[in-house]
Amino acid sequence: MLLLAGVALAFYWVPDAPLEGFRQRIFYIHVPVALTAYACFGWAAWKALRLLSTRDQRYDLESYTAVHMGVIFGILTLVTGSIWARTSWGVWWSWGERQLVLFLVLFLFYSAYFMLRYSVEAGPRRASMSAVYALFGVVLIPVSFLAIRLAEGLIHPVVFDRNVGDNLAGSQLLTFAVCLAGTLALAATLYVNELTGKRVDERLRELREALE
Amino acid sequence: MILARGLGRTFGAKRVLRGLDLDVAERDMLLVTGPNGSGKSTLLALCAGLLAPTEGELEVGVERGRIGYLAHEPLVYRELSALENLDLYGRLYRVPERRERIGMLLERFGLWESRRQPVSSFSRGMQQRLALCRTLLHEPDLLLLDEPYAGLDEAGAELLDAELAGLSGERTVVLATHEPDRAAHLAAGRLALT
Amino acid sequence: MTAYLADVGALARKDLLLELRSRDTLPAMLLFVVSTLVVFSFALPAGTGETAAYGLLWVAIVFTAILGLTRAFAAEREQRVLDGLVLAPCDRSAIWAGKGIAVVVFLALAELVALPAFALFFEPVTWELVAAVALADLGLASVGTLLAAMAAASRARELLLPLLFLPLVIPVVVGGVGASIADDPGRYLGFLALYDLIFAILSWASFEYVVTE
Repeated sequence: MLLLAGVALAFYWVPDAPLEGFRQRIFYIHVPVALTAYACFGWAAWKALRLLSTRDQRYDLESYTAVHMGVIFGILTLVTGSIWARTSWGVWWSWGERQLVLFLVLFLFYSAYFMLRYSVEAGPRRASMSAVYALFGVVLIPVSFLAIRLAEGLIHPVVFDRNVGDNLAGSQLLTFAVCLAGTLALAATLYVNELTGKRVDERLRELREALE
Repeated sequence: MILARGLGRTFGAKRVLRGLDLDVAERDMLLVTGPNGSGKSTLLALCAGLLAPTEGELEVGVERGRIGYLAHEPLVYRELSALENLDLYGRLYRVPERRERIGMLLERFGLWESRRQPVSSFSRGMQQRLALCRTLLHEPDLLLLDEPYAGLDEAGAELLDAELAGLSGERTVVLATHEPDRAAHLAAGRLALT
Repeated sequence: MTAYLADVGALARKDLLLELRSRDTLPAMLLFVVSTLVVFSFALPAGTGETAAYGLLWVAIVFTAILGLTRAFAAEREQRVLDGLVLAPCDRSAIWAGKGIAVVVFLALAELVALPAFALFFEPVTWELVAAVALADLGLASVGTLLAAMAAASRARELLLPLLFLPLVIPVVVGGVGASIADDPGRYLGFLALYDLIFAILSWASFEYVVTE
């Protein structure tokens, strides 16, 4: 499984359009990573919805792990986005870059998700509260995106034109698709690994308790 | 009325109940005994639906509006008066002829004189009497009483004895207490938790 | 439907009565919002312009809402009264709605003081601003009441609420500031209304899961 992800990762280092330089290359990482983060948050919300409708506690761990992965990829998005901003416009942070601002908001939101979990005793109540919060997360994504679009030009005038991602064609699109598949596969692998680890942890705790 | 199979509940890493089988028939009274921390309150909260089991199954054959639950805390607002608290619950439970019912209960439990005083000025015993009024307000079919004698003076305890004797054979009662002798003669069964 | 509204009414009435008795939330909110505005008048360098003042007004409103919300479930938490309400046969969302109404009333009263104070210290209050504040109150109260119930069940309580609340209400601040300073406030008012609609429905539907297991 890890090997598969490793092979997919290797595709990052053979971009089809090296002429456009580093700036173009980072795009192949940044956007797939961002999309993967959205996918993780969406997956977490789906599991949260399943938990609330069935009250089956195993969905709690799945939703939690998906948020965990989403936050990791979210941080990666912030880092790669920051590098992109640096190479494109010479600054490490730009309030004019929608995706970056959105991920900052989401990063804060999902950090609070962890605070919530650490602050409530493990059990069915925590599971359903976390699930409700995770559901709020996916609704917040489009609402925040809209808000950031509205805020642009109002608070921070838009000075950059953005057509970097708009004119993809042929080989570029292929590379992009491969990179996206790679990051998704990586996320899925990490998700499964992490989930297995957490389940083993839980099982161990139960066994230890049974022995006592 | 209540059917439990392999019922268990954990709080974080702490296991309070495990592998409990329980069968309470309609109109029976079950005494639940056991030391502090043995899970009496947890069992009642599970039956009331406030907690969900983490293991096993639990079926309670009555809807939540027909349950009367007496907890450790009186579950009333300290800043409101006895009358205001019971009025709120009476509205939420849609008690018919609310005022008359509340007045009758307050009279029976000796709180009529202090009905307009805030609960924060009540003694522990008076709060327990008010909690009993709240529990009985909607004439529930299933009563879940957690240490109902706690804080009551002798007169209050006798009132409760009389109330329980009246309910016996009419309603289903689960009574958790660490001094079972008072109601033992009414109970059809006894569950000792350890 | 009428039964549901009767439940909501009884619960909201109870919350207002509680505040009337204890008077520990509203006076604090009033004093806080005015204090914040005064502090802001020192934080704004001369010549910053009107737009900055409107921005700070919105920060003051959001923080005042947090202050009120941290107390929203204090009475229920103290004596576990929430358990008593949850056991009542009424729909659990009625508890959310009743509490939300009380929060809106407190917020509106705080703003009844804050907006004239803002007009006195800083800039004139336009009708667009009043409309935006009214719409924002609904959104802040619906999301805030749900999150306050979550925070009340946690160990961190007062500490947790702002962390949960702030990322969710960034859109409210955007809409509010936009409606106050933009040339076309209609778009921003529309956005606030949309936010209210989405999050009120979501909070209404999910409150039950926060207070039950």
